[in-house]
Amino acid sequence: MSRAEEDLNRRVLRARDAIDLSYSEPLDIPRLAGIAHISEAHFIRTFSATFGETPHRFLQRRRVERAMYLLAQTRRDITDICLEVGFTSLGTFSRTFTQIVGESPSSFRGHAKPIPVPNCFAMAWLRPSSFG
Amino acid sequence: MLKSLRVSSIYVLDQDQALDFYVGKLGLQVIDDIPLGYMRWLTVGVPGDGDRSILLEKPGPPAMDEKGAAEVRALVTKGRTAGNLFFTTDDCRKTYEELVAKGVEFVEGPTDRGYGIDCGLRDPFGNYIRFSQMSDAFVSGKWEGATP
Repeated sequence: MSRAEEDLNRRVLRARDAIDLSYSEPLDIPRLAGIAHISEAHFIRTFSATFGETPHRFLQRRRVERAMYLLAQTRRDITDICLEVGFTSLGTFSRTFTQIVGESPSSFRGHAKPIPVPNCFAMAWLRPSSFG
Repeated sequence: MLKSLRVSSIYVLDQDQALDFYVGKLGLQVIDDIPLGYMRWLTVGVPGDGDRSILLEKPGPPAMDEKGAAEVRALVTKGRTAGNLFFTTDDCRKTYEELVAKGVEFVEGPTDRGYGIDCGLRDPFGNYIRFSQMSDAFVSGKWEGATP
């Protein structure tokens, strides 16, 4: 791998971090491509090649991971959680959540149990996979 | 029986740049900076944290061949190394603001996670770092765990 490729990795990682940081906001491909200093089309291809999933899928998993936390940790209404993590419709949230987690948000809330480790690290593992 | 953890290491791609970041921005101090010829033994630590230090290790010969070093560099720059560091602070939000002002790249802002308020950032190479203001429940051993 050349230094140019390493530099590209780092820039695309920086863009992925930007998604992580502002996960509740709409996916802004032009801004992300700007962070990575590449064209929009090149950004989506490079992101997928680097991380094995599209920016959109990464954002969905990030939102669902946060929703899982809020569903389990709080008594807040599911619609509130849906909107807080960035979905604009309850239908899309429920469909996406169920597709990724394998059960509905309310079903998940019914059995989620505490884990005895700092979930700041565990969240990368708890974020439902799109690879398996 | 083991007594303590003294040195842990992470891979950095440029040791001078690493010093600028870990010392100049995060506020760690240099413990050792020893040119050994075959490597530069460069360690840093939190001021006042005893003998515990972090080796800022540059991947390359003679410890590993160029192909191996390239593999490590690719993992670091993709954020896929396991070399995470977890620090503590007395005031997470204040430290966060101070580091943002210094241009540190954050992955996550201060977030209450039960065991404490913490946030995540990256070093210039892609390594993931977190720091937390531990909660009273965690410090007193009464924290029962968080849900995902």
